[in-house]
Amino acid sequence: MIQLFLRDVGLSVRSGGGFGLALIFFLIVVTLIPLALGPDQTALAVVAPGVLWLGALLACLLSLDRIFGLDFEDGTLDLLVTSPLPPEAVYIAKAAAHWLTTGLPLALAAPVLGVLLNLDFETGKILCLSLLLGTPALSLIGAFGASLTLGVKRGGLLLSLLVLPLYVPSLIFGAQAVRLAGQGLTYDEALVLLSAISLGAAAILPFASGAALRINLR
Amino acid sequence: MLHVSNLSVARGGMTLLSGVDFALNAGQILVLRGANGLGKTSLLRCIAGLQNPVDGQITAPETVAYSGHADGLKGQMTVLENLAFWSSIYHGPSPEVALDAYELHALADRPAANLSAGQKRRLGLARMQVSGCALWVMDEPTVSLDADNVALFRAALDRHVQSGGAAVITTHIDLAIASAKLLDLTRFKARGLMGSTAFEEALE
Repeated sequence: MIQLFLRDVGLSVRSGGGFGLALIFFLIVVTLIPLALGPDQTALAVVAPGVLWLGALLACLLSLDRIFGLDFEDGTLDLLVTSPLPPEAVYIAKAAAHWLTTGLPLALAAPVLGVLLNLDFETGKILCLSLLLGTPALSLIGAFGASLTLGVKRGGLLLSLLVLPLYVPSLIFGAQAVRLAGQGLTYDEALVLLSAISLGAAAILPFASGAALRINLR
Repeated sequence: MLHVSNLSVARGGMTLLSGVDFALNAGQILVLRGANGLGKTSLLRCIAGLQNPVDGQITAPETVAYSGHADGLKGQMTVLENLAFWSSIYHGPSPEVALDAYELHALADRPAANLSAGQKRRLGLARMQVSGCALWVMDEPTVSLDADNVALFRAALDRHVQSGGAAVITTHIDLAIASAKLLDLTRFKARGLMGSTAFEEALE
């Protein structure tokens, strides 16, 4: 399982692996928003938490179909499922690799990009923290959706439709935590709920996704 | 090692083979012959556990080494890295064994994407060596191999069965493996291919 995780991380960092795709998309969204909304700094600071969280969420969505898609196409997934590795472990390794190469870079880049949206550094720290706690849920739910839509030709649309509603709670609590922090209010509750979603996803989804992989490949 | 009794196999809702019966002991090779579209691949996928049979029983080891039409190689990884990955997944023997068996030493550091079709297939077959599984389930293993490499494959197969392994192979060319049992699947062809699903029966 660790070998599969390391291989996936290695593959995504190598050429053609798609590492940086999400990060560049995030960068583009966040730099274009001020150009689209105009130079009003107070208005930017108001929308900043929502825009940054939404940008991170969409950037995460962009790479979901690669999680299982590439291995499905070249036959690796068939071989993994016939190997001693249980499908649940395949899911955990792949979701973890996706988080490390997508969620973590997004969380670290967000406070820096927040400067473009007039987000002060103290709030930026909370943004980083909220993304660190919230993006595991995005990767876990996304990998689950990817395992469900496996084998569907051009399944990207179906995957987005399946996954987006499940992303809503994370988006609400994540953006709320940053907004409350920006107003100087307590944000603990939103962060706790955000973590609860990630932990809940980590507890339940491996089994759901393992079952989906078994059905789709058998 | 492998026991198949009264097995029915379907693809796309259509039963292709029915009443398939055979048994395979350690040290044996079974070659399955049959025309295109007869259901050879579907039968092997059932044995490997990638597909559920419509009917019948399969008794097979928990993990088998399966080789399908796709080799499951990662183009960005080198030949050695590909083998090392599968070796670690299966907790199997070291990749050196496989490099020896298919004379891949000269290619060990080449990215798999740069290999020719025949070399990729050799790497795909070499993966069977690092699996350490007793039962090999192989679908058209010699596609795109030249005569020399077919000989390498035959030698690897011989070593495998001599050390107590077994293999089920489909092919539509003659592999000339003297010790292999031959089974022509044509006689298990399902009668009345149409109307085999409840949906189609309801339409009639």
